[in-house]
Parts: sequence; structure tokens; C-alpha cells
Amino acid sequence: MKYADEFRDSALAAGLAKAIAEQLDALGATEETPVRIMEVCGGHTHAIFRYGLADLLPKSIEFLHGPGCPVCVLPRSRVDDCLAIAMKPNVIFATFGDAMRVPGSKGSLLQAKGDGADVRMVYSPLDALTLARRNPDKEVVFFALGFETTMPSTALTVLKAREEGITNFSLLVNHITIIPTLRAILDDPEMRIDGFIGPGHVTMIIGTEPYGFIASEYKKPLVVAGFEPLDLLQSLHMVLKQKVEQRCEIENQYARVVPNTGNAVARKAVEQVYETREHCEWRGLGDIEQSGVQFNAAFAAYDAEKKFAIHNASVPDPAECRCGDVLKGLAKPWQCPAFGKACTPEIPLGALMVSSEGSCAAYYQYSAVHNEALEEARNAKAS
Amino acid sequence: MKTAPAKGAEIVPLKAEDGLRRHGRLSAKKITLAHGGGGSAMRDLIDDVFISAFENPAMGDLEDQARLPLTQFTASGDRLAFTTDGFVVDPLFFPGGDLGKLAVYGTVNDLAVGGAKPLYLSCAMIIEEGVEVETLRQLVASMKAAAAEAGVSIVTGDTKVVGKGQADKVFITTAGVGAIPAGLNLGVRQVQPGDVVIVNGKLGDHGAAILAARGDLELESPIHSDCRPLTGLVQALLKAAPNTHFIRDCTRGGLASTLNEVSDGTGFGIRLQEKAIPLREELRGFCEILGLDPLYLANEGSFAAFVPRAEAEAALAALRRVDGGQEAAIIGEVTTSGGRVIMDTLFGGARIVDMLVGEQLPRIC
Repeated sequence: MKYADEFRDSALAAGLAKAIAEQLDALGATEETPVRIMEVCGGHTHAIFRYGLADLLPKSIEFLHGPGCPVCVLPRSRVDDCLAIAMKPNVIFATFGDAMRVPGSKGSLLQAKGDGADVRMVYSPLDALTLARRNPDKEVVFFALGFETTMPSTALTVLKAREEGITNFSLLVNHITIIPTLRAILDDPEMRIDGFIGPGHVTMIIGTEPYGFIASEYKKPLVVAGFEPLDLLQSLHMVLKQKVEQRCEIENQYARVVPNTGNAVARKAVEQVYETREHCEWRGLGDIEQSGVQFNAAFAAYDAEKKFAIHNASVPDPAECRCGDVLKGLAKPWQCPAFGKACTPEIPLGALMVSSEGSCAAYYQYSAVHNEALEEARNAKAS
Repeated sequence: MKTAPAKGAEIVPLKAEDGLRRHGRLSAKKITLAHGGGGSAMRDLIDDVFISAFENPAMGDLEDQARLPLTQFTASGDRLAFTTDGFVVDPLFFPGGDLGKLAVYGTVNDLAVGGAKPLYLSCAMIIEEGVEVETLRQLVASMKAAAAEAGVSIVTGDTKVVGKGQADKVFITTAGVGAIPAGLNLGVRQVQPGDVVIVNGKLGDHGAAILAARGDLELESPIHSDCRPLTGLVQALLKAAPNTHFIRDCTRGGLASTLNEVSDGTGFGIRLQEKAIPLREELRGFCEILGLDPLYLANEGSFAAFVPRAEAEAALAALRRVDGGQEAAIIGEVTTSGGRVIMDTLFGGARIVDMLVGEQLPRIC
């Protein structure tokens, strides 16, 4: 596969892994006192597990799997809102596929579909608009979920709906922003992070400038990374190089896709449609101020919260869940009492167990409860 | 009307002309509840759509059962293989196949991977009120062609019509019987550490073709279903590698689920080499865009065979000479311990390939 296989070359990977091991030695890192790097984005978490990256690296590096998976931080109350709308007569509720399994306090969208709700999986918000065009007698609601990555596409979809005069179309907006949450994590007194692998897709929109405070105020290096395994290894090498050279900067490894200035046209569309939301709830992390957006007054007609009189009421996470600690990197998934018992991919309690980008699901599927097998694989490779 | 007798029907000791009735004619354009009511409308449907296509001597005078000579089974083996499967697919027609073809090959393949020679099928259809008669005719024509290709005869059947919304267009259930040659005993318990895992061709095409054809994703893709009968491939494999231990077709849940079932069933581990797994470039791109893992995509013309290493090269050579086997490859081997399926990634790492919980859902970004 052109433009992908080049970034999955095992010989290059072995060379990078060796260089990283040398950097870790130079930093004096050990298995007991590892260098702790948070990969912010769920796409990176997925790639780390899918390609078996940890197998290539010494145990003196520890990955903390950050909150950058929009499905994983979806609070129960928001899923309840989705269900409240989806179960109304005459509604077609359209959503990205992986939001369908996330449990709210009254079940998931997949269960609502089983109960007769008309829930459709779409790949793009424009597909939802097409549904609205084809079903003029129905109310089509799109669940606008995601970070800055997906905001421009939902904003442009609404602009298109307005241009075409489509009125049976609205969005339930759960767009969130990563910067306030990174600050909240850095402010957590229990937190110990040595550096960040920054989210490539989000940065494609917002640019590298908004991360500046991480280096200047918190003295942590951050390298914006691509999603192929070599991207991740190179980014890790860049973060560690900063550590070795005692620098703290925001660097961009993913320059082939991400300009440092981001995408001004996309930001303009977002600014035209959305405004900052005062409070936004994240699963596991709770309320984080100004960490999301909502429609501004000019686009209120497309706001499903208003159209269906939804009042987002907070619902606490299940008591035994430690989603928050896992999201902040304070606990490994298997340290949660519910992991593998009350919470499995079959019956997930928390969203981290749902998405393929959630660290609990990744550990459950690829290691942790099956740890012995992974160990054996490692030993077999070594011998 | 004259139809070319299916290969499986050739040795039935009845003359093709015996016992065939004059056909009723169906003039309706759409199926209504009347066509399931047991009266003349139903008889016209059965005559005009089903009998006229499937007609063969074993159907005789449309008794309540097909009557099959035992000699045909005893000539081919010493045990009867018997299987059934229900088929539902949306959309009914997709690149590379349709529901009718699936319903024939699915059951034929369940027989074939046991080493059986598939001989006869039954066909029960549940039809939703309002389905176009032309759609049914197309499905039946496709089943007829598929049965001829697979060398089986469809000898008995049933039709039910249900109200609008009580079924999704057409559901087909087929059952099949075949004969297993004496001395052949393929089974998951025969699998041994050291066996190599062989697949006959590129994986995942069927699942991707269906996903793309559903239209929800507004993605165009050139990928066609791999829907095909496996009998010829399995027979070629068994001839070249007579000590083959086990074969399973990798249908729902894909290769990953098949291998996990074997691992669970034996307690042995399976070690896969990602670089050896044959995947179409277009399929890799399709999966990359949607965040899907091709190892979990369904196949309808692919199997995984567990073959002693000593016979592996002969098996590969034999498969590669048969249509649908040109891309046959050794993708891994059975290991003594672990009880897990582990894959050495292209990238030089290793990961567990676990059972899938539910359906794969495309990722958000």
C-alpha cells in the first residue's frame, strides 16, 4: 500500500528502537523509574497496540494513554441525550459507528436500535445531510462528536444545510477541545509526565501554537506525531532527544501533513458556527471549563438540544470505574477493579472498553488479562 | 422445459422426463400474501419460479420429500455429511455475488471443508410481501447456476410469504447432504503442533464488498466478494496432502475467528506471520480508511487448512493449480503452548489476535 508501507519498515524501526534504547540509558531510565510519555490521541494508542510497538522498546519507557479519544470521554449523560432523541417518533439518528456501543445510564445506541429506534451509522456528517434530503418527512439528527478534527466537517455541513434551506436536520453537538484538558491533566498534583506525543489530526486544524504553554509553563516537550508506527518511533526519539539535550519545545514530526499554522479556512468555518461552551463534561475527568463548543445564536435552528428540548443532566460514572485515573495515566487499565470482570468488551461499563482506541479495550484484547501469552511471544522473539 | 442436469444429478436413476408436471404461470409482478396461501397463486409461484429452474428427476412428482438413492452415497463414501445454514444479506445483490449464490455455496462449503462430496441441497425461502417477482427469478437463476458450478442438485424446498416488515425481502435456508470418503477424518482434534496454516487465497473481500455495497458509507470500491465453491480446492488439497488434519471455511468473523476457534478447541497456540497473509491492495486501503481489521472480515470462498509441514509444499502447489487457489499461502503454524493466536506484525512487533466481540464498527477519525 503506497504511502503507508513506507512508514512500516521493520528494518528502519529496529534502528530507531536501538537509538531510543540508547537515549533511555543516557537518561538513566530503568524499569522501576521509567520515562513516562503520554500519547494524547486515541489513534496513537491504537497504533501502539496494533503494531506491537511496546515489544520493540525497552521497559524503561512507559506509555500513558491520554484522553484524546472522543468516544472514550463521552459521558453517560450525553449518551442518554442521544437515546432520548433517537427514541422519539419520526427521528433518524445518525452517528459515527464507534459511538454506537458506548453505554449511557439507560443503554447504548446499539440497544436503542434493537428497541426500534432508527439509528444509522454514517461515515461523514454530509451523509447525514443526504439522509435529511432523502427523508423530508423525517427529522434527521447527527451526533456531532469529536475534537477539532471533526469540527470543520460538521460546521461546513451545517453551512451547507442552511444554504440549501434544509430544515429537517439538526446536530447534537458534543465537540470538545483538547487544550483545556491537557492543562487540567498537567495541573493534577498526582500527575508525573515527562513528555507528550501530540495529536496529529487535531493539530492539522489548530496548528502547533496552542501547545506552547506546555513547553513554556510546564517545561514538558511535545512532538506532534503521525499515525504510522515509524512516525511514532521517530516522535518518541525527538521527545527523548529534547530530554537528553534538556530542551522543552513544541516540535512537529508530522510536517508532511500538518502545517505549523494549522488550517485557517477550517478554523474560520468553526468560528462561524460554534462558540465556546462554558462547561463540558468528560467521562472519567468530570467537568472541564471551556473544553467544548456549542452552536452560536445564529445557528440555533440546527441545534438538536434546542429543537428537542434536551437538558444535559450530569449522570455520575459507575462507582467502581477508574476511567478517570486511566485517562490521566494514574492507573493502568488492569488496576481498575472492574477491568475484565464487571467491564469487558462484551458488557462495557466504561467507554475506554468500547472504542478500539480505548486503552482498556486495547489492553484487554492485546495483553493484560492475556499477559502471559504476550510475554511468551516476547520471549520467543528473543530466543 | 429442458434444463441441463446438474452434475450431482447425473447418476440418479430416473429419466429426466419422468414425473415432471405441466407448469403453472405466474403473471404477478410482486409477491403478495396470496402467494403463500396454499392455493393456486402459490402453486403458480412454485411452478413458474422454482420448479422451472430447479426441475430435476429427484423432485419427482413434487412429493413431500425428495427421494435419493442410497447407492449414490455409498459409492462416494461411508458416512453422510449433513449441514444447514440460514442466509440473510443486505443488499441482496452485491459485487461478486448475491443471496442465492451465497445460499448454495455456503452450505456446499460447509460440506466440502469436511472432505465430503456435496450432492444434494434443500432450499427454504421466506419472502417478504412486496418483493418483486423478477428479484426472486434472479435469485433462483443464480442458485441454479451456483448449484451447477458446485455439482449439486436442489431437490426439495419450501416457500413462505410473510407480511411487510416481518422479514427483510428474502431469507433463504439451505440444508445439504454429501458423502465422506472412507478413511477420511478431518477434525479440529486432529490438529497438531507443527502443523502449518494454509489459506487458499486473498482474505476479507466478501466482508468489504458487502460493507461497500450497503451504501451507508458512500464509498466506492472495486472489491468483489470471493463467493465460490470450495469443493475443487479442498479435493485438490486432500489429494496432494492426504494427512491434512483439519479445514474450516473462514466465513463470519473472518480468519481471526476461525483461528481462535481452533486455538480454543485444541489448547494449542497459533503463530501468524502478518507479511504472509494474502490481502488485496484495494482491501488494505479500504480497511485503512475505515479503521477495520481485515482479519475479521467475512469470506465466502476461503478456508484455513491445518497441514503437516511435510506435506505443506505439495498442498500449496496443488492449490495454486486450481481456480481460487492461485494465491494460496502458508500464513503461520500451530505451536505447543499459549492457547492464543499471536501475530508477528509486519513491523517487527507481536500482538494477540483475539476473538471479535461484536460487529466491527468504522472509527470516527
